[in-house]
Amino acid sequence: MNERLEYLLRQGDNALILSQQLSQLCGKGPALEEDMALTNVALDLLGQTRMWLGYAAELAGNGSDEDTLAFLRDAIDLRCCLLVEQPNGNYADTMMRQFYFDTWHYFLMQGLLQSTDPRIAEIAEKSIKEVTYHLRRSGDLIVRLGDGTPESHAKTQAAANALWMYSGEVFIYDAVDLAMVEQGVAPASAPLRAAFLEHVAEIFAEATLAMPDPDAWMQRGGKQGRHSEHLGFILAEMQFLQRAYPGAEW
Amino acid sequence: MYAQLVETGLKKVQSFDEMSEQEQAFQARIDAGVKIEAKDWMPDAYRKTLVRQISQHAHSEIVGQLPEGNWVTRAPTLKRKSILLAKIQDEAGHGLYLYSAAETLGVSRDELLAALHAGKAKYSSIFNYPTLSWADMGAIGWLVDGSAIINQIPLCRCSYGPYARAMVRVCKEESFHARQGYDIMMSLCKGSPAQKAMAQDALNRWWWPSLMMFGPSDAESVNSAQSSKWRIKLFSNDELRQRMVDQTVPQIEYLGLTVPDPDLKFDAETGHYTFGEIDWSEFHNVLKGNGPCNRERLQTRVKAWEDGAWFRDALGAYADKQTAKKEIAA
Amino acid sequence: MSKEWPLWEVFIRSQHGLAHKHVGSLHAPDAEMAVNNARDVYTRRNEGVSIWVVRAADIVASSPLDKGALFEPANSKVYRHPTFFPMPEEVKNL
Repeated sequence: MNERLEYLLRQGDNALILSQQLSQLCGKGPALEEDMALTNVALDLLGQTRMWLGYAAELAGNGSDEDTLAFLRDAIDLRCCLLVEQPNGNYADTMMRQFYFDTWHYFLMQGLLQSTDPRIAEIAEKSIKEVTYHLRRSGDLIVRLGDGTPESHAKTQAAANALWMYSGEVFIYDAVDLAMVEQGVAPASAPLRAAFLEHVAEIFAEATLAMPDPDAWMQRGGKQGRHSEHLGFILAEMQFLQRAYPGAEW
Repeated sequence: MYAQLVETGLKKVQSFDEMSEQEQAFQARIDAGVKIEAKDWMPDAYRKTLVRQISQHAHSEIVGQLPEGNWVTRAPTLKRKSILLAKIQDEAGHGLYLYSAAETLGVSRDELLAALHAGKAKYSSIFNYPTLSWADMGAIGWLVDGSAIINQIPLCRCSYGPYARAMVRVCKEESFHARQGYDIMMSLCKGSPAQKAMAQDALNRWWWPSLMMFGPSDAESVNSAQSSKWRIKLFSNDELRQRMVDQTVPQIEYLGLTVPDPDLKFDAETGHYTFGEIDWSEFHNVLKGNGPCNRERLQTRVKAWEDGAWFRDALGAYADKQTAKKEIAA
Repeated sequence: MSKEWPLWEVFIRSQHGLAHKHVGSLHAPDAEMAVNNARDVYTRRNEGVSIWVVRAADIVASSPLDKGALFEPANSKVYRHPTFFPMPEEVKNL
């Protein structure tokens, strides 16, 4: 197994699926300004997807490109984490999923700036400003929703609790992750996880939200290709045209 | 156009002698090409007409996100998806610029949205048609945005400052929209027979509604005549429609597609294309709410608004709490 | 109908600009969100842009001083530019 390739697919697939989920909300946000902000994030993530999958395609070397990787792999070959597959739900669910993702993503990117793989370091360099902004935005919204009205507080707490068990997968390192750490390509799990927990605790405190149990059982398997039931439907929609018109140029 | 059949509320165009001194001074400024700004005195009818025109335009942009939003999750490549997302984002932005311009006239955005959601405010007929294939993304960018550009460029010179400036900003972004649509069509027409058929089908469905966007012939319209005097409508509906046809037919021919109009002919004498009869009953029905997607479009916007109430309230409540805290601390 | 977010006027100074220009307005519950929203609505994330937001209600105007809209190319989104799509020579008006 090419561990480097696996690692790139994991990053690319996270951005791919999360961007896809946010795209579903086009024109349906709770405020016009919010619509623009959401679409911005979706667009940023899509740009990151293309960088990761573009590099992955080069490494795979078998004539694949960013599109064959995005549109022609079935769920069994996707490497996204379970968190990004969770449905949009209500806006608290959407923003909590985003906040958990952004927090991990920010600290990961900080770590990847130092990667011994120059292409990965370059991707991190190009993404860090956006990711920083995403985290500021989602964290800020969590605070506002947590400390808004009783209704927004309840919805946000419910989302925090429901999505918590998907937040830990990214810190559960397997052989691929450990190989990356060993090669100096990616940061180790423990400091990332500590930073994540600290930041979430800080935001939740300000948001008057109860922090879920850091030692709770975490769902896992997405990185290894064992996904939730949601992913199949996401792919069916996303990949339809390429599957229905094989070989077509668009 | 994006603002079709805008009512001025007047039964006839006032002659100069019929105007009050204030109105005469106002008209003189317009005739001299001076921009009217938000705090300037203006006739009530001018203000009301502009509120209608600008808000209809704004509503069109916002509702206009939906037909394309319908395909963004099915875009066939990452690049096409990026481009479409950027376009949809632009549309949201255009809506915001236009609501801003409308609000300078003393109306609130929430009031305007309430009218839209209640079915009382209009938006462009074109967005009540369904998007049935990826080729529709091409057709919409090319034909619908293309038509919008024809309408919007003159509006950059309209008499009301905030509206003109919003139009300048919109126009800068709009030509990217038209080109990306045509680029999609070119790819399809160079592709497989199935793709080419998809492109022809999209053209067949979007051609006539795009011509209808410009509104019925307004040679007899008092509203159009008054709006022209006020320089918030700079060309007649027929003139703009003719411009669109003349410009687009060669583009269709380049693609190797067929114009879905057996009566279309180039008139060498006039240098223009003559075209077939438009079914204006369809247009009026669509405006009345009987188009294929009116109900869905409105329901989607109303649902987003209603589902979003708790979010908007929460952000308002949080802001109020912070203000209260500051006051106590002070 | 729930309370409307207040209206804010937005002023932008571009990277190479000399002064802030009024570009339009938006609604936001407070100043911080107004700035963030302004970035998304009026600058498409351009570098080195300075944004001012002022509550519309706080502006005292003697006469309109609007200086016109600001044009900000989004450097990283090159396909926003019409010239990104090469159009065949023979095709006019696009």
